[in-house]
Amino acid sequence: MENTILKAIDFDAYFGENHVVKKINMEIPKNNVVAVMGPSGCGKTTFLRCINRMHELIEGATTKGKMMLNNEDVYGMHPIFVRHKIGMVFQRPNPFPNLSIYDNVIAGYKLNGMKIAKRDKDIIVEQSLQKAALWNEVKDSLHKKGTFLSGGQQQRLCIARAIAMEPEVLLLDEPTSALDPISTSNIEVLLHELKNNYTIIIVTHNMQQAGRVSDKTAFFYMGELIEYDITKNMFTNPQDKRTQNYITGRFS
Amino acid sequence: MTQFETEMQDVKSEVIRMWQLVLSQLLKSREAMLNFDKDLAREVIAREKRVNALELKIDSDCENIFALYCPVAIDLRFLLAALKINTNLERIGDIADGISRYIVDSPAKFNREILESTQLLQMFEGSISILTDAQAAFEFENTLLARTIFSRDDMLDEINKNADNNISKYILENLKNINEALFVLSIIRKLERVGDQSKNIAEEIIFYVEAKVLKHQ
Repeated sequence: MENTILKAIDFDAYFGENHVVKKINMEIPKNNVVAVMGPSGCGKTTFLRCINRMHELIEGATTKGKMMLNNEDVYGMHPIFVRHKIGMVFQRPNPFPNLSIYDNVIAGYKLNGMKIAKRDKDIIVEQSLQKAALWNEVKDSLHKKGTFLSGGQQQRLCIARAIAMEPEVLLLDEPTSALDPISTSNIEVLLHELKNNYTIIIVTHNMQQAGRVSDKTAFFYMGELIEYDITKNMFTNPQDKRTQNYITGRFS
Repeated sequence: MTQFETEMQDVKSEVIRMWQLVLSQLLKSREAMLNFDKDLAREVIAREKRVNALELKIDSDCENIFALYCPVAIDLRFLLAALKINTNLERIGDIADGISRYIVDSPAKFNREILESTQLLQMFEGSISILTDAQAAFEFENTLLARTIFSRDDMLDEINKNADNNISKYILENLKNINEALFVLSIIRKLERVGDQSKNIAEEIIFYVEAKVLKHQ
């Protein structure tokens, strides 16, 4: 694929002896939103966590195969560098409770001991919050605690925190599952904006959301990648019977 | 069976009921024409309201399923096809109604010579046979049967194409029967539309079952 940014090659992941992600071969095009869906326990979140090497933080967790970011294996890079390049947002909004909105945005820099000038910090905070479509709502309360924000705002703050590190890829693990429909809609609008600058991989249980936000969709089942295609094709004419059964709710 | 599956099954049953109603309307309009039975023709006209009501019911049920269940893949294709087939069937209902109105308005029974020379009866048989097989194709998801409809529609087109000459010839030989000739020509035109609607229906069945778009090809 000409504009591939991320490529999994024969990629396996294990928890001890348990083989949870099996021989995944998948190419993620740059500036696309790719949705990953599948039943609980199918390995989609594990696969996501393998992309920025979060998986290996769990004791006994191992991987095999290659995960190429711009043709370079992320497993040959320093994990901290990988997580700069590949940001992650989790299911429940998790701003640092003791930090202000401002400090939450630049938390990545602080935690990594990266010193930056106050003026640069201000620029990073404003730009990140603008990209996360949160600036107008918080610009007058930057020094209030992040936890005072609504759930949807907190999740956008987490996205701003991830963006602040200037990643190339954003991993979103069910980012709207704890949000109401309006906050969900705001995040979905945001994803359309963000894909101009980032490549986004989103794990979601909400199939309508996958249909609304993604360019391509992958269906995982029992650790295997069953089907990976343009989202429109996946939801109108899936090629694999298992995909069809899953998306039409006839999975047994 | 889930509630969703039950509701999808109900839509399929309703579409089949619509089919049977419309077929019955077409058969009765033929019978009314052959026997010059104005009462039967009036019955068809009266029952057209039932066709319209069923069309609205099916539309509304499909709309509810779209809104409540957000169907995808084969379910989405089924509902899209059901909506279009429903519209096509309602139009065939209109055609049966239109033919029956000609019978009511006609002063006398059509004579055998014009029915034979224009092949009107073959056209009726062909339309009814196509529509019956289209129903079976829909009910049993039989795309092979659906595909036979395209060539059978060509037969109806051919009769329609020859109708102008046949009718002109008949008029020249039977100047006092011009009105009758024009009624017959109008019925042929309408039955040709039954063929077109059935062809559209066959395309929808293939789209629903095989996800192939044949329209405008």
